[in-house]
Amino acid sequence: MSVSHKSVGFQARKSTAGVAGGKPDAEHPVGEPLARVDGPLKVRGKARFAAEFALENLTYAALSYSTIAKGRIASINADEAKAAPGVLLVLTHENVSRLSPPPLFPEGAAGSTLPVMQDASIHWNGEPVALVIAESQEQADRAARLIRVTYEPEIAAIEFETVRAKAKAPKNILGEPTCIAIGDAEAALAQAPVRIDNIYRTPRHNHCAIELHALTAAWEGDALTVHDSTQMVHLTQKTLAKVFGVAEQKVRVLAPFVGGAFGNKSIWNHQILAIAAARMVGRPVRLVLSREGVFRETGGRTLTEQRVALGANADGTLAALIHTGIAGMTAHNDCPEQFTFPARHLYAAQTFLLSQKVAELNIVANTFMRAPGEAVGTFALECAMDELAEALNLDPIELRRLLEPDKDPVSGLPFSQRSLIEAYRRGAERFGWQNRSPVPGARSEGEWLIGQGVATATYPYHRFPGGVAKIRLSADGQATVQMGVHEMGMGTATVQAQYAAELLALPVECVTFEYGDSSLPSGVVAGGSCQSASIIAAVNAACEALFDELLKLVGHKSPLTGLIRTDVEAYRGGIRHRRDTDRFQSYVAILNQAGKDVLECEAPASEPSEAKRYSMHSYGAQFCEVRVNTVTGETRVSRWLASFDTGRILNARTAASQFRGGIIMGIGLALTEETFFDERTGRIMNPSLAEYHVPVHLDVPQIEVMWNGSPDPQSPYGVRGIGEIGITGAGAAIANAIYNATGRRIRELPITLDRLL
Amino acid sequence: MHFNVNGRDHEVEPDSRTSLLDLLREHLRLTGTKKGCDQGACGACTVLVDGVRINSCLALAVQYQDRAITTVEGLEADSGLHALQQAFIAHDGFQCGYCTPGQVCSAIGMAKELERGIPSALTEDLCAMSMAWTRDEIRERMSGNLCRCGAYNGIVTAIETTFAGESAR
Repeated sequence: MSVSHKSVGFQARKSTAGVAGGKPDAEHPVGEPLARVDGPLKVRGKARFAAEFALENLTYAALSYSTIAKGRIASINADEAKAAPGVLLVLTHENVSRLSPPPLFPEGAAGSTLPVMQDASIHWNGEPVALVIAESQEQADRAARLIRVTYEPEIAAIEFETVRAKAKAPKNILGEPTCIAIGDAEAALAQAPVRIDNIYRTPRHNHCAIELHALTAAWEGDALTVHDSTQMVHLTQKTLAKVFGVAEQKVRVLAPFVGGAFGNKSIWNHQILAIAAARMVGRPVRLVLSREGVFRETGGRTLTEQRVALGANADGTLAALIHTGIAGMTAHNDCPEQFTFPARHLYAAQTFLLSQKVAELNIVANTFMRAPGEAVGTFALECAMDELAEALNLDPIELRRLLEPDKDPVSGLPFSQRSLIEAYRRGAERFGWQNRSPVPGARSEGEWLIGQGVATATYPYHRFPGGVAKIRLSADGQATVQMGVHEMGMGTATVQAQYAAELLALPVECVTFEYGDSSLPSGVVAGGSCQSASIIAAVNAACEALFDELLKLVGHKSPLTGLIRTDVEAYRGGIRHRRDTDRFQSYVAILNQAGKDVLECEAPASEPSEAKRYSMHSYGAQFCEVRVNTVTGETRVSRWLASFDTGRILNARTAASQFRGGIIMGIGLALTEETFFDERTGRIMNPSLAEYHVPVHLDVPQIEVMWNGSPDPQSPYGVRGIGEIGITGAGAAIANAIYNATGRRIRELPITLDRLL
Repeated sequence: MHFNVNGRDHEVEPDSRTSLLDLLREHLRLTGTKKGCDQGACGACTVLVDGVRINSCLALAVQYQDRAITTVEGLEADSGLHALQQAFIAHDGFQCGYCTPGQVCSAIGMAKELERGIPSALTEDLCAMSMAWTRDEIRERMSGNLCRCGAYNGIVTAIETTFAGESAR
């Protein structure tokens, strides 16, 4: 069997069709609203996702899931399944090969360190207990239903009320301290003239990317090729190498297109089982999880119970800021849902108590979901701020102005750049905030009450270490930039082509960005809103190496002879002297003169030390208007405006879409999304898109977004990352608007109609 | 069995359990039509059958013999992309691109429904001979097509600019 697996790369089209806001700036492509380079493929259905690679001799897989939360498998009867037409293999703990436990993020790509199907023990309701391989999907699905499993159940920790008493402080929260106490916040709260002290609850959520988790995997000898729906190709490569005991170079992971991920597309049991089965049957395997399977076998956002207590002085300043609480978690992952993080950086206060615990449950390992921590932490904190503003008889924006710190309130580090109050000012003006009545229930139209709310959005700046980029410059004037990163809809290929074009002073259509393949130089995870800055840092390093090489190549008769890197700059497809600007030679001329067809340079990104020296965060102000029906209790979001302070924007069009996407997920978080969990059995009760309600067209108004675009002086090219901030503050903005409309303060998500009636 | 997809004839013998979606994806290798839930809840698998939009995951392939099936791969003309496909690019009506073929096919089916005067839950005059192309009508009628990336604003604008202009002419 021979299969060619090509990594993809895109060239920006010369056509400027659809470019909003006038003519593109050929000299400075960054920031231009360039249409997505992969747009033509996507609208034609030609972008190939993980389940869409046709291999000869392909087999199909289906999974069977446990129906108890904890205990042991007493027996598995797979006789009927094995005898069913087309079945090639039934994989269970009885016949699976020995597999090493997968390493957890960030060492590996796994959502849990539990060994995969290595014995009869069961750890959550929905854990895979068998995998069927058959000639067709229909045969595999049918056979999976014929497997009879009996269990010896044990008492499982699945009721949050029971385990919360045993909640403990983890060693750290994603490397940060678990508890921050500055002064005696409880005492300061007790003495404060104005106090807000409430509990907020947020439920479990699921990512619900529309593309189901899928892989197409093939072994050739001890070499493994996997088309996986993943947001971390290199960590997946590393993890699979470890699990299967093969060298990393023997594993190739490709993910040129990923149909949404949001934190969910990492390594779960299904890839490991399907790949183990492929080795046993000696044929390639395709596994597409069912939608139910996605809920059963991959983790979502966990539930939280949060206390926010604010003690204010008479002038509105904070004497005490307390944010504490508990998140549900498993013993086998490291995702404590860092909901206290926003309170560590947003507001000045005389005392702080910021501390969170985890309560261990026998559930599918919870994982990172868009703005883990910040999405639900800002719900509690920003609702509490709204409550405090009302108690102080202050406008909520005025309260934020009063509480604006001049340095990081917890670490004492200077802010690299922060214009939150300016974002509020611009947003308020555009939204017409001054027309809003602070009195709840003041506005109505027929049976609809209308209210407006505001909340702060915030998300930290991250840059993952370890990224490497390669630039290939060819004698035809084309450049290719390579890095094993990801395109899941963020616009990576587009904006990075723009960035490299800017850096090399090439027309954007002369630059191709290749990604999504573990055979490319080491990329970073598409997570933590950090891809853009991480890629740029690596591309900068590669570009420096390239310039050094180019200057070495120039001959004795070049206008650039004798110059060093600091003397020159990129200019119109070549290099020129910074001051003596007539001294110019094009890349093409340099390569031709040196008799070279191609020049390749690869370099690692600098260490991300900037975030150790500065408090680096993005900010925003979320404004919304809701209409609440007094008869049915339903809430409709009728207007939205978000004003962001998120560093330099690389592409106005794709950035606006990312902001909107985050906000829309925030509308779901506020109003409709909840993974129902049966606390008697530990089983998820709504594992489908019919019963887990993500926002649909009619739930979403026109969303206006604006940004200041101020470059961060400390980050690569001033970029801070924008993938997650949109969801932060969104839940609180809606809850605050609902309060303004109805006078009802709902402190538990989602705010469904039963909670309003 | 005989199937007609995008004007081309195919002879295939699928399992009686094979959905139209799996026929397209696994047998005919037309992977433009997407699987997002396989239970009629997300709309990613929307195709046109005799011009009417259906969820191909809920359709058994054997029932669609000799019908005119159109998938996203069949929308392009010799002159290039369908106007709606171009509008999706122009208005950034997608991010990851996975729900996009379903959104595009669904919108084309929806346009025909509006032309035929089929009312929606939002239509005020049920007896009207033709429907207004309002954003609310589009949002209501497209609500069976989920987009988790949240490209809804761009999708509605793409549909509006493609079809509303057409009907006004």
